[in-house]
Amino acid sequence: MATVELTFSALPAHVRTARLLATAIARRTGVEESLLDEVRLAVGEACSRAVEAHRLHCPEEPIRIELCDDSGRFEVIVTDVAPSDELEQLPERAPFRFDDPLGQLPDTLVSGFGIAVIAGLADDVEVYPSQKGMRIRMSWPAAAGGLSPV
Amino acid sequence: MDLKLDHHSEDRLTIVEVEGEIDVYTAPRLRELLIDLVNKGNFHLLVNMEKVDFLDSTGLGVLVGGLKRVRAHDGSLELVCTQERILKIFRITGLTKVFGIYASVEEAKEAHGRDK
Repeated sequence: MATVELTFSALPAHVRTARLLATAIARRTGVEESLLDEVRLAVGEACSRAVEAHRLHCPEEPIRIELCDDSGRFEVIVTDVAPSDELEQLPERAPFRFDDPLGQLPDTLVSGFGIAVIAGLADDVEVYPSQKGMRIRMSWPAAAGGLSPV
Repeated sequence: MDLKLDHHSEDRLTIVEVEGEIDVYTAPRLRELLIDLVNKGNFHLLVNMEKVDFLDSTGLGVLVGGLKRVRAHDGSLELVCTQERILKIFRITGLTKVFGIYASVEEAKEAHGRDK
């Protein structure tokens, strides 16, 4: 069961709110201070990707983020309802290639690029793309039982 | 924290001072500034990121876009950054091989002077 669930409109300004919330809950859940920057960046990447996808396909639909304290793990699930297969097939959004970043990367967010960053940051990542949207689940180790609320 | 941008020129080098968070919300402002500088003939850019609190892939995309633009004019876009949490994202993405990254503005200016 999620500790906290948040839905937000597909607006870039809300991404900051989502990552601040995730960082605050991660801290309270007992994630090590040294990992909090990774949580903040990975959650920000997942939410940015979702916002960009929604703005392209379904700007009226909200994005959902679930933050869970699950027996010694801090788990974050970001769910969007934009058709991710179609998103990945757009030529300008082809997956990022590390060997040719200048040739591949446009000025705007590249879906595959953000996910690659998440994969490099989160301790444990699963990405579930589908025609109905994408679900990114990531988790980090946390102190068993978490910390007491201040 | 919001994004603060400033810039000034020293010889042929334009130093862009960035402070705050570069993300999907604020990155368009940095993109506009870099495009504006290039359009006005500033082809050697040094982006000082020492006061950047947060950088995501959108921000990286903007920097890469700026680099592509200046290179089209035989220019350069280099960075000043010593913060481990910012450098980490450059390492994860392999972009440490693409950008010149210096420890200080002075160090970057010296290197730029040698390359003239």
